[in-house]
Amino acid sequence: MNMLTVSGSPHIHGDESTKKIMYGVVYAMIPAMLVSVYYFGLDALRVLLLASVAAIFFEWLIQKYLIKGPVTIMDGSALVTGILLAFNVPSNLPSWMVIVGALVAIGMAKMSFGGLGKNIFNPALVARVFLLISFPVQMTSWPKPQAIINGLTDAITGPTPLGIVKEGLDAGKTMSEITPELPTYMQSLLGQMGGSMGEVSAIALILGGLYMLIRKIITWHIPVSMLLTVVVFSGILWGIDPEHYADPVFHLLTGGMLLGAIFMATDMVTSPMTRGGQLLFGFGVGLLTILIRIWGAYPEGVSFAILLMNAVVPLINRGFKPRRFGIKPGVEIKTS
Amino acid sequence: MTGRLKTFTLGGIHPEENKLSANAPIEVLPLPKQAIIPMGQNLGAPSKPIVSRGDFVKVGQLIAEAGGFISANIHAPVSGKVLKIDNVPDASGYKRPGIVINAEGDEWDENIDRSKDVKEEIELDSKEIIERIKEKGLVGMGGATFPTNVKLMPPPGKVAEYLLINGVECEPYLTSDHRLMLEKGKEILIGTSILMKALKVEKAIIGIENNKPDAINHMTELAKSYEGIEVQSLKVQYPQGGEKQLIKAVLNREVPSGKLPIEVGCVVQNVGTAYAVYEAVQKNKPLIERVVTVTGKAVRKPSNFMVRIGTPVRELIDAAEGLPESTGKIINGGPMMGKALTSLEVPVVKGSSGILLMQENESRRKPENSCIRCSKCTYVCPMGLEPFLLAKAAKLGRFDLAENELVMDCIECGSCQYTCPASIPLLDYLRLGKTMVGTIIRNRKKK
Repeated sequence: MNMLTVSGSPHIHGDESTKKIMYGVVYAMIPAMLVSVYYFGLDALRVLLLASVAAIFFEWLIQKYLIKGPVTIMDGSALVTGILLAFNVPSNLPSWMVIVGALVAIGMAKMSFGGLGKNIFNPALVARVFLLISFPVQMTSWPKPQAIINGLTDAITGPTPLGIVKEGLDAGKTMSEITPELPTYMQSLLGQMGGSMGEVSAIALILGGLYMLIRKIITWHIPVSMLLTVVVFSGILWGIDPEHYADPVFHLLTGGMLLGAIFMATDMVTSPMTRGGQLLFGFGVGLLTILIRIWGAYPEGVSFAILLMNAVVPLINRGFKPRRFGIKPGVEIKTS
Repeated sequence: MTGRLKTFTLGGIHPEENKLSANAPIEVLPLPKQAIIPMGQNLGAPSKPIVSRGDFVKVGQLIAEAGGFISANIHAPVSGKVLKIDNVPDASGYKRPGIVINAEGDEWDENIDRSKDVKEEIELDSKEIIERIKEKGLVGMGGATFPTNVKLMPPPGKVAEYLLINGVECEPYLTSDHRLMLEKGKEILIGTSILMKALKVEKAIIGIENNKPDAINHMTELAKSYEGIEVQSLKVQYPQGGEKQLIKAVLNREVPSGKLPIEVGCVVQNVGTAYAVYEAVQKNKPLIERVVTVTGKAVRKPSNFMVRIGTPVRELIDAAEGLPESTGKIINGGPMMGKALTSLEVPVVKGSSGILLMQENESRRKPENSCIRCSKCTYVCPMGLEPFLLAKAAKLGRFDLAENELVMDCIECGSCQYTCPASIPLLDYLRLGKTMVGTIIRNRKKK
């Protein structure tokens, strides 16, 4: 007979694993990846590959030679970070900047905190903000999406819809004057607008989000609460003065709103642990995003909003506990 | 089927059911050559032997007395000579005091009614019933092995309103309760009526998960002729067989944190216990045998056996056509809460509901990875705890934090660890936390 294994219960395990979750996120990003390659051509492919390979490479390098611990690059988490980083930069970003971004994401934002699961901030967003502050010009020259079938000519760069609005309003124009310069809602849904590689097509992002919902990789709480806050808050402003504030649908479909709501704010590691906490987190991200978009110096605020809310997640986790069995909600838990 | 499907609302998982032995009728296992009877078969104090080496005992004769208020009598499961009173292997891998009897013949105590007739009429009154249950050494047969008589005596000021009979059997693989309901349904209902009389309650509800439609139909049909007993079908969800979860599912009442079911007017007993109550009260028969499922994916003949207490596990496995080559782990109980055994010589005890043979390739834990803070452990916890946090607290020795975060409410169902994508042994840490916090609380009370 074999040697008997003796271990504590439970003796069976569900079939979920870190790897499956991470690759699930990768699958969910496929539609957006395809759209980015469709509109931005081989450049998008270059950034995607470079960011992914660099992220995995840096993780391997740090785990093997710096931490000298187990190498876990096959768990898919570095790949997710790499792809998300690619989604968050313009497709014409110089290769070396992409590599620097991957190093910041993996080295600074992830491994320096202790690796997978221990980081406070979303690694891809830390890298994006790092790049944005360090290389503002390259990070804000957005190639106009051109379907791949139109030929691989040098892309023409132009501002994002959010940039157009910001600039226009700052120059004293009204929304009705600015609107003709903006993409239509249909163009936004499909991705025919300037922006980071992964954020342009709402439909592709929503498809990925639905997949993750079905696979139970994410729950609805953060995206819904974040987007609802955006709609309500920007809706109130728009309702008061539609000439000086963009409408809620515009806010929803432009910039990194959906990318952030679906793929970045829902990052398990850097978001709250309970449903209640997640609702508050989403609310905070939504609120901060609109605050930054409307009154901040940058036209886009999603990354900053998520990073700011990342910072308060430990606090939220303390304040928001799951509903306990056998303890009436609102009743103070007796402590010793 | 009665009523709509109910279930508990907080947490829960749905592991593969694998009820391989559901269609195997209960077979009476031949007597063991030797019965090994550990003294610690119940929750609480171990029992004290009252026989000596060399004594001849009959089946059903008292051989050990309750060792305290929360303890139980033990009776001889076989007739024969007491071979020794010594340390014997038990399910947890330790050697603990026990009695070994060499079986000779099958000579029963004369006071036990061995006829097959079903005796309906309940002659004893409430007090006598409880006394009888105590005398016959009954404990909870679902696995917790809490002395049954103690549960039937609500503390002063508390009144029982409902008796819940637990026929949920939410553990994957196990089918002993299922078979018992199909084959001894009438006895279970009489046992239920007896328990109702003992508790002076008007209403009893038998909760059964709807993966056992035959048992639900059968019990519903039978229950029509018993006043106050209802059958409630429940949606399959683990750990619905937990007392607090069952009460929540059936009556939508929540037992307050740190309290017992009686707090919300409920007493929960397992169907196996109800059957044992019938035998003790109507037939004067002590708890000397029980139904044990022998199962596993590689087991040649998944079975349900009526087994005398003290029968070594090896004999059960032999009766199920032997230990498969591929066996890598032997579990006493179900896969979620059972204990892995260290040897085949461990005997069946009052709380053994099944023997599960896991194959080599399903025996080992998956390698542990980093927590990715996915919260899945929190979502599935039926008590609304945060297992990741409690595990961390236990790991760091922060037992104050573990206590404040209600580690003592953990029912050790294992749902968190089952679900954890990083395969973290959460329940190991939670058990550590519970043990340490339990000690801290006891010491605090002493001061």
